[in-house]
Amino acid sequence: MNTLGISVYSILAGFPIPIIFALMLNYVKNKYLKKTVQMVSYAPYFISTVVMCGMITIFMSTDSGIFNIIRGFLGMDPVDALSKPGWFKSIYVWTGVWQGMGWSSIIYISALSGVDMQLHEAAIVDGATKLQRIIHVDLPSIKPTIIMLLILQMGSLMGVGFEKVFLLQNTLNKSAASVISTYVYEVGLINSDYGYSTAVGLFNSVINVILIVTANQLSKRLADESLF
Amino acid sequence: MRDKTMHVKVRDSYSDKIFDGINIVVMLLLLIIFVWPLWFVVIASVSNPNEVWNGNVILLPKDFTLMAYEELMKYKMIWTGYRNTIFYTVVGTFVNLVMTVCAAYPLSRKDFMPRNFFMFLFMLTMYFGGGLIPTYLVVSKVGLVNTPWAMIIPGACSIYNVIITRTYFINSIPSTLQDAAELDGANSFQYLMRVVLPLSKPIIAVIALYYAVSHWNDFYTALIYINKQEYMPLQSFLRDILMSNKMTLNDIQGLDATTTEARMRLAQTLKYSVIIVSTVPVLCIYPFIQKYFVKGVMIGSVKG
Repeated sequence: MNTLGISVYSILAGFPIPIIFALMLNYVKNKYLKKTVQMVSYAPYFISTVVMCGMITIFMSTDSGIFNIIRGFLGMDPVDALSKPGWFKSIYVWTGVWQGMGWSSIIYISALSGVDMQLHEAAIVDGATKLQRIIHVDLPSIKPTIIMLLILQMGSLMGVGFEKVFLLQNTLNKSAASVISTYVYEVGLINSDYGYSTAVGLFNSVINVILIVTANQLSKRLADESLF
Repeated sequence: MRDKTMHVKVRDSYSDKIFDGINIVVMLLLLIIFVWPLWFVVIASVSNPNEVWNGNVILLPKDFTLMAYEELMKYKMIWTGYRNTIFYTVVGTFVNLVMTVCAAYPLSRKDFMPRNFFMFLFMLTMYFGGGLIPTYLVVSKVGLVNTPWAMIIPGACSIYNVIITRTYFINSIPSTLQDAAELDGANSFQYLMRVVLPLSKPIIAVIALYYAVSHWNDFYTALIYINKQEYMPLQSFLRDILMSNKMTLNDIQGLDATTTEARMRLAQTLKYSVIIVSTVPVLCIYPFIQKYFVKGVMIGSVKG
């Protein structure tokens, strides 16, 4: 249940944001600003999960973490967010967005650079605003890319990454921070219950394959785009 | 009529201006959101622990000191980890490249009959794996657990990279070259070594970088297969220091701060410095290799 919750949340937040980011970046006129933002946004992708989680604990710490300093400015009480099960999903998802959005946007940016300029010129002549051009020119043009990536994401719906959850997990937030992959690890390698743990893992794989095939079929029927 | 068009035009450019304005503000905000956390780690690592603790370090280092780095130097395990990680990265990446090219090249040749069958087998592993336990059992029966090779062999070949490489071989190397090489009396191996590989430098660079970064950041493999400290990579020690506060007071020799409080603060600053020390190699080469990474994503996306 946690697995599903976390991945649905991840997709809802993590999927549209790189697209919006790429669209906005595409309209930045200042070349230097554009280049800088782009370059800087890729950087977090290369930080290892361990360091990432270390940074999360530092920034979330109750006594000197920036998160609680900001809360203090806004007149809220400090919280020890990492030990609250209710906070876990949000921390997981939004730090994931921070780390991955620049990287995921690369593919959209490259798709956007392939949009036919004539379409844009026609739209400008017709008096379309930039916002209208985004909605009526850019989005339809990159639709195939978007659908393809969405199918791929569907395939990983049941596969919440092990490392980050494992590292952020502690005894206090465990009720929200135990997902299939960490469960398989615990039961299998820590408690050596090989048979049961393998079954859980296999079950997960089967669901994954079903999901990706279904998503593929759906998009074939609805949008005439498919991966295979 | 003319008035109307004028009116429309003015209104439109006005809305465009708002759009541009918002856009720039959002971009600047994002810039801060991306840069600040990284910058903070840098300045916190060279600031006086007390200032960091009190939340006085925000934009610039306060009370510049390299104390944390000096303490870090005394922590032997970091250097063991560093050595191991460099070994895993160099040897691992080399093995990866050999395996990937060996898998991708036959699959790119049209005269290799069962290539679709093998392609299917390879693709299958991308979406459907046996899972953690069967993999672990295989690795342990082969006798790799707790040896450095466990870090290199189980992940020796990434199918995703094989596919990218294969796509590149197919699309960028004209098959007439093969005919020419054959006429000159080259066998397949010579053709691969002397013609294909020199022409494939860009893609080799891209996948080498992918592999190297993944080895550098690898933590999962070590968690599962390695129990002995002497073989652990940097990331495992990092985890001990960052997540479980294992760098206890006894581990740091020559710590002469008087109160526990001060020691705790120093331990906190040590975390910043350890992040820097472990991440700097990647971030240093990052600006130079950035364009290759981007290229890699593009090639990958071509596969469709």
